[in-house]
Amino acid sequence: MRYFSVLITALWLMLSAVAAPAATVIADADLTRLVNQLGVGGFDEADAAIGSLAATGDGRVSAILDALGEGDLFVRKTDKAVVKAEAAGREFKLTDPVTGADLGTAPKAAVEKIRVNNRLRRTIAAAVGTLTLRSDDPAVRRSAAEAVMKSKDAAAIPALDAAIAAETDERIKVVMVAARAAAVLESDLPEADKLAAIETIGDLGGRDALAMLASYTGANGAVGEAARKASTSIESSLLLWDAAQNITYGLSLGSVLLLAAIGLAITFGVMGVINMAHGEMVMIGAYVTFVVQEVIRTSAPDLFDYSLLIALPLAFLVSGGVGVLIERSVIRWLYGRPLETLLATWGVSLMLQQAVRTIFGAQNREVGNPSWMSGSFTVGELAVTWSRLWIIVFALVVFAGLMLVLKRTPFGLQTRAVTQNRQMASAMGIRTPWVDAFTFGLGSGIAGIAGVALSQIDNVSPNLGQGYIIDSFMVVVFGGVGNLWGTLVGAMTLGIANKLLEPYAGAVLGKILLLVFIILFIQKRPRGLFALKGRAIEA
Amino acid sequence: MITGFLLNGFDTRARIVVAILVAIALLVPAANLYLPADHPLHVPTYAVTLMGKYFAYALLALAVDLVWGYCGILSLGHGAFFALGGYAMGMYLMRQIGTRGVYADPILPDFMVFLNWKELPWFWYGFDMFWFAALMVLLVPGALAFVFGWFAFRSRVTGVYLSIITQALTYALLLAFFRNDMGFGGNNGLTDFKDILGYNVQADTTRATLFALTVLFLALAFFIASAIARSKLGKVLVGVRDAESRTRFLGYRVENYKLFVWTLSAMMAGVAGALYVPQVGIINPSEFAPANSIEAVIWVAVGGRGTLIGPIVGAVAVNFGKTWFTGVLPELWLFALGALFIVVTLFLPKGIVGTVQAFWANRRRPATPAALAAEPAE
Repeated sequence: MRYFSVLITALWLMLSAVAAPAATVIADADLTRLVNQLGVGGFDEADAAIGSLAATGDGRVSAILDALGEGDLFVRKTDKAVVKAEAAGREFKLTDPVTGADLGTAPKAAVEKIRVNNRLRRTIAAAVGTLTLRSDDPAVRRSAAEAVMKSKDAAAIPALDAAIAAETDERIKVVMVAARAAAVLESDLPEADKLAAIETIGDLGGRDALAMLASYTGANGAVGEAARKASTSIESSLLLWDAAQNITYGLSLGSVLLLAAIGLAITFGVMGVINMAHGEMVMIGAYVTFVVQEVIRTSAPDLFDYSLLIALPLAFLVSGGVGVLIERSVIRWLYGRPLETLLATWGVSLMLQQAVRTIFGAQNREVGNPSWMSGSFTVGELAVTWSRLWIIVFALVVFAGLMLVLKRTPFGLQTRAVTQNRQMASAMGIRTPWVDAFTFGLGSGIAGIAGVALSQIDNVSPNLGQGYIIDSFMVVVFGGVGNLWGTLVGAMTLGIANKLLEPYAGAVLGKILLLVFIILFIQKRPRGLFALKGRAIEA
Repeated sequence: MITGFLLNGFDTRARIVVAILVAIALLVPAANLYLPADHPLHVPTYAVTLMGKYFAYALLALAVDLVWGYCGILSLGHGAFFALGGYAMGMYLMRQIGTRGVYADPILPDFMVFLNWKELPWFWYGFDMFWFAALMVLLVPGALAFVFGWFAFRSRVTGVYLSIITQALTYALLLAFFRNDMGFGGNNGLTDFKDILGYNVQADTTRATLFALTVLFLALAFFIASAIARSKLGKVLVGVRDAESRTRFLGYRVENYKLFVWTLSAMMAGVAGALYVPQVGIINPSEFAPANSIEAVIWVAVGGRGTLIGPIVGAVAVNFGKTWFTGVLPELWLFALGALFIVVTLFLPKGIVGTVQAFWANRRRPATPAALAAEPAE
C-alpha cells in the first residue's frame, strides 16, 4: 500500500511537471510597441529591437521573427506601424503581426519592406533558437537546444541558463546543458567556465561530444589539456562501444552461420553423410520465400507482413521433401562411402543449381523485408537493425527446437539410436531406412528454413548456397562433428572472431586468417572443439 | 637401385601408353605445322591449343589420382597447386612483357603501375629468369603441400576432414588472390602475355611446341607415377589406402609415405598449371575456385581411380564433353556434369578404365584373388 501511494505521488509529480508552462506572456500593447521598433532606423537598431523582443520570452515572438527573416514584415508609411503583408494581386493584404487581426489591404507603394542582412538573419536565428528553448512543446525545446549545440552561439548562454533552470524533462535538460557547454567553449568567458564546460561534455560521451571537443584539443593552456584528457577518455569508452558493436555484428553473423550449418550438423554430424548439396537446400528455401511473396503480391497484398511466417513451413516441407528424395534416390546406396557420397551430392548440387537457374533465371530475385524486419534502433552507441536481431532470435529458436526434437521425441530417440549403433537399433525393431530418410529430410528442411532467413539479408540467386557451404562445413568441423552444442559454439565463435578481426585486417583478410586458423585447429584437434568421447576409431 | 626402380615401372602397358603419348606429342604438331590447311588430316591451331589444355588437365588429373587412387587422400584442393604453378609461370610471362605493356614500364607489370606501386614487391624478384620461374613452378606448390601435409598427416587428419580442409585451403587462396594488394593482379589475374623464352606465345610454332611439351610432361609424369605404383613404395601406399591403421601397426611410418606422395602430386599439379597458362593466355583467381578442384576429382572418377591411364582418359573425355556441350547446349552442361557425378559414383565406381580392366581380367582368369585385391576401397 505504501508503495502504491509513493507511486501515485511520483506519477502526480511527473504529470504536474509536464503540464507546467515554460513560456511567459506579456500584454499585446507592450509587444506591439516592441515590434514597431523593428521598423525604426537601420540594421543596428533592428538588431537591438530583435534583442529586446527576444528578451520578453513571449511565445508569439518567434513567429514574428520568422516572418522578419522571411521578408514578410513591412512598415506602413502612414503611421510607421510594422505590419505583416502578403501579396494579393496588385495590393498587399495586411495583418497585425502580434494579434493576427486583419488590417485590410494597401497599395504596394503605401508600405516599405524591412530589409534584413546576413547579420540580422543570424541574430534572428539565434533569437528564435533561444525563444523556442522555452516552448511548450518538448520536441521543439529539444530541437532548439540541438540547434544551439550546432551553432555554438555564445549569445544563447543566458537564454539557455534560464531554460535549464525552468526545464523539467531530464533528457532535454541534458541536451541543453551540453548545448550550453558548447556555447561556453566558443564564448570569451573565463577559463574556469570553459574547464567546467569541457568536463560537462566529457561526461556526456559519445561521438558528438568527441566532435565538439575536436577543435579544442589543439589549444594551449589548461583548456587544451582538459579537452585532450576528456577526448581520450571519450575515445576509450567509444572503443568499448565499438567492440560491443562488432560483437553484435559477430553474433548476427554467427547466427547466420548457425542457421546455415545446423542442418548440416544433422546430416553430417549425426548421420555422417557429407551433403555438398546442403547449400542448395538453403537456396531452395530462399526461392520458396520468393515464390510465396510473389503470390502474396499478386493475390493478397495485405498479407505481406506475414509472408515469412507463411514461407517458413513451406520452405521446410519443400527442402525437406527434396532432401528425402535425394536420400532415397542417391545417398542410401552410398552409406559407408563418405568420399563418394561427397562427389554424388556435389553432382546433385550442380543439377539443383542449374534447375533453379532454368526456372527462375540467373539474376538475383528480390525478396522484400516485412515492416517488422526493417529499420533499426540504438542502444547507447550501438546501432542494431531489426533484421539482425530477428535472425539472432530465430537462429536460437531453431536451435532450441531442434534440440527438443532430438532429445524429447520418439523420432529423436530413434535417430540417436541409429546413429550410435545401427545394427543394434535395427535389432530393436527400428526401421533404420526410414529413420535415415527422415533425419536427412529434417536436416534439409532446416536448411530450407535457414534459406527463408537468409533471403532477408542476402541476394537470392542460384549461387546463394555456394557461398555458405564451405563456411557451414567449417562451423561443423570446428565445433565438433555429432554435437549440436559444438555447432552453436562454433558458429558464434567464428562469427564473432570474424567481425572482431575485420576492422584490423579487412573483411577478406579476416576471413582468410580464420580459415587458416581452422585449418591449423583441425590439425591440433582433428575431432573439433566438442569431440565425442569414446573409443570409436576410424576404420 | 634407382635404375631398377625406374625400369621396374616401365612395364609393357606403361611402355605402350608412353609411346602413344610421345606419338601424339610429335604427330599433332606436325599435322598442324606441315600439312596444308585443306589437307583432311590438318589440325587447326585452335584445336592444338584446346587439346593442349585437355592434356594439361590430364596431368592435373594424374596428380589427383596419385593421391586419391593410390593413397586414399581425396584432395578437394588440387586446383590450388595447379593455380600456384600457373601463377609462377604467369609471373614469368608478365615480366617478359617489358615495355610493350600499356604503361610501357620496363620493370613493373601494368596492374602495378595502375595501382600506383613504385617498385616491384620482393616476391616478384627473379621471375624475369625462366629457370627461376620453372623452379618456383615446382617449389611453391611443393612447399605449400609439404607444410600442409606435414601438419595434416602428422595429426592424422583423414578422410572427409582432410577433404574439407583442402577445400578450405583453396578457398582461402581464392579469397587472397582476389585482393589487389596481394600483388598478383587481383581479380583480373595475369594476362596479355607476349612471349615465352623469346618466342611469341601467339605463334603457331610456339603453340605447337607448348602442346608437344605438355604431352611429353604428361608422359614423364605417367612414367614416374607408374614407377611408383609398381614399386614397394606403391604397395605401401595402397596399403595405406585400404587399411591405414593396419599399415601403421605393421611398422610403416604412414605419414611419411603420405607426405611424399602428396608433395610429389602437388608438384605435378603445379607443372600442369604452368603448362596450362601460356596456352590459354590467362591465369586468374577463379582457378582457385573449389568447384574446379572437385571437377578434377570427377575426371579421375570417370576415367577410373587407381589406374594411371584412367585420369588421362577421364580428363580428356570430360573436357571434350564440356567443350561440346557448352557449344551446343550450354544450359544442359551443368545437368550433364551433375548427372555424371551421380552416375559414376553409383553405377561406375571403378570408372571407365577400371571397368574395362576388370572385364578383361575376368575373361582371362575369372575371379582370382588378385583381381579382387585390385579394387580400390574407401
